[in-house]
Amino acid sequence: MKNFSGKALFLDRDDINTDEIIPAKYLSEITKQALGPYLLEDIKLDGFMPRIDIQEKSVIITRTNFGCGSSREHAAWALEVNNINLVIAESFARIFRQNMFNCGMMAVELPAKTMDRIFRDFAGKETYLETNLEKNIFIITAKQDQLEVSFSISDFDRALVMSGGWVEYADSKY
Amino acid sequence: MGKTIAEKIFDAHHVDSPAEDIHVIRLDAVFCHEITTPMAINDLVSRNKDRVFDTDKIKAVIDHVTPAKDSKTAEQGKILRDWARRHNILDFFDIGRNGICHVLFPEKGFVRPGFTVIMGDSHTCTHGAFGAFAAGVGTTDLEVGILKGVCAFHYPSTIKINISGRMPQGVLAKDVILSVIGRIGVNGATNKVMEFTGSIVDAMTMESRMTLCNMAVEAGATSGICLPDITTVEYLWEFIINEYSDKKAALDDFSRFSSDSDSRYDQVIEHDVSRLEPLVTFGYKPDQVKPVTEMGTIKVDQVYIGSCTNGRIEDLRVAARELSGQKISDSVRGIVSPATPKIFGQAMEEGILKIFLDAGFCVTNPTCGACLGMSNGVLAQGEVCASTTNRNFNGRMGKGGMVHLVSPATAAATAIAGYITNSSLFKG
Repeated sequence: MKNFSGKALFLDRDDINTDEIIPAKYLSEITKQALGPYLLEDIKLDGFMPRIDIQEKSVIITRTNFGCGSSREHAAWALEVNNINLVIAESFARIFRQNMFNCGMMAVELPAKTMDRIFRDFAGKETYLETNLEKNIFIITAKQDQLEVSFSISDFDRALVMSGGWVEYADSKY
Repeated sequence: MGKTIAEKIFDAHHVDSPAEDIHVIRLDAVFCHEITTPMAINDLVSRNKDRVFDTDKIKAVIDHVTPAKDSKTAEQGKILRDWARRHNILDFFDIGRNGICHVLFPEKGFVRPGFTVIMGDSHTCTHGAFGAFAAGVGTTDLEVGILKGVCAFHYPSTIKINISGRMPQGVLAKDVILSVIGRIGVNGATNKVMEFTGSIVDAMTMESRMTLCNMAVEAGATSGICLPDITTVEYLWEFIINEYSDKKAALDDFSRFSSDSDSRYDQVIEHDVSRLEPLVTFGYKPDQVKPVTEMGTIKVDQVYIGSCTNGRIEDLRVAARELSGQKISDSVRGIVSPATPKIFGQAMEEGILKIFLDAGFCVTNPTCGACLGMSNGVLAQGEVCASTTNRNFNGRMGKGGMVHLVSPATAAATAIAGYITNSSLFKG
């Protein structure tokens, strides 16, 4: 199973699409590793400097409809090779969300109110997020501030995370 | 309680429900192209599972970058080509016979009402025009599709878009779908099927219905879908002539896949197009649309006519009507990519290519290229393109470039004027 805890990167925008996560010109790569340096290269977000701001981050926290647009699993892979296996958002585009779980990664939705609170209290601070998959909670910490947030994922999604992805799961079952 | 067409298709293809609301369904077609498939092939090889579930149900094409532009894209083509050969996949379309997947595969008769289709390409929703459930998926779903012929989805919840009224002259299917996306937003149909019905859809050609369904994903939808009717039968007739005694028999059979009048919808949207004008996008999201007449004077550097949205023969015909006897502006680079060899040939026979050439357009081979900024018309920093494609995302057609999505009629008029403007076909 992959790691789902670490420093958080806040992307305070709706509708971040997969062309922004990994531009199409890199789709001619045929290894996941090659995508690494280009993660979020074309994102439209004031003041964001991909190569600097992504460093050492393991969790992305963002707004609605993250991962819309192209079906490219390269978006999930570009995250994976940067050691980011968890994205928390108010909502996701269907294909991106499925791609994440299919790779044994997690895309977790939280209610708008909770997301607003997380952004209000933690965005802009050095924030650490710990995932507890047994209790289904995130523990979010920045210096003295701490917030515990419960989340839910379906049994199917959990099975994909536990088994390491959809290929192994499907091949053993169908 | 009745069922929607999408629910009926799911029921007919049910394999398993590994968790509440998750349905694993049997696939009738798995489509492959050279961008998202090679990683699936390599992964299958590395897992020692280099097999395919059914050679007849897998169709493959090299379409995104063709001819190959560099060593990397040549390698992607080679991986797909070698794989198709070693598994004896007969419906593999290489250079000279290749075209844009979502135009080529329908043209070959590969999609039928009631089918389930996946492809590692978000615009797979296009094939819903035939009354199929067709969904874009990532490479892992594609890989399992290739290996096992199954895919997992949530049981479909449907938004019905009832399109009615009187279509104004010069307003095209592209304007209709842009108006729907503008209305419901890029997140408006996420995890839903968009079912397009109503008198306007009934009167549409299959080509126009494909344009409509093509952009369902731009509202977040899993699949677009139209109900099969006599227009569907007519389009498919050459492929099914031996399966049915007559067209009525085919229509009766296809009608198994239609929505019941008492189906339950997530939402029903009445969409009257009587006052619709040709539209254009103005930002970086496909729901940022406004009438061309309200756009002001936006100069363009390039006009692109093509793609799985608007590279079909009726798109080229309408653009050619506007371009006939005209020259495009000196400040505009015009590029047209007929979407398949058949369309290219038709356009040649009908004199359409000559009209484009005489007007000053560059006619390219069938390919996706410019739409996603991979080849054949990439924009430079700060350049502006009026394009008949489907995405105006930041950097989509080239880093720092700006894309305005329009219909083929608007694109042609814009090429002549040098700025975004309505075609002479629109009298509004």
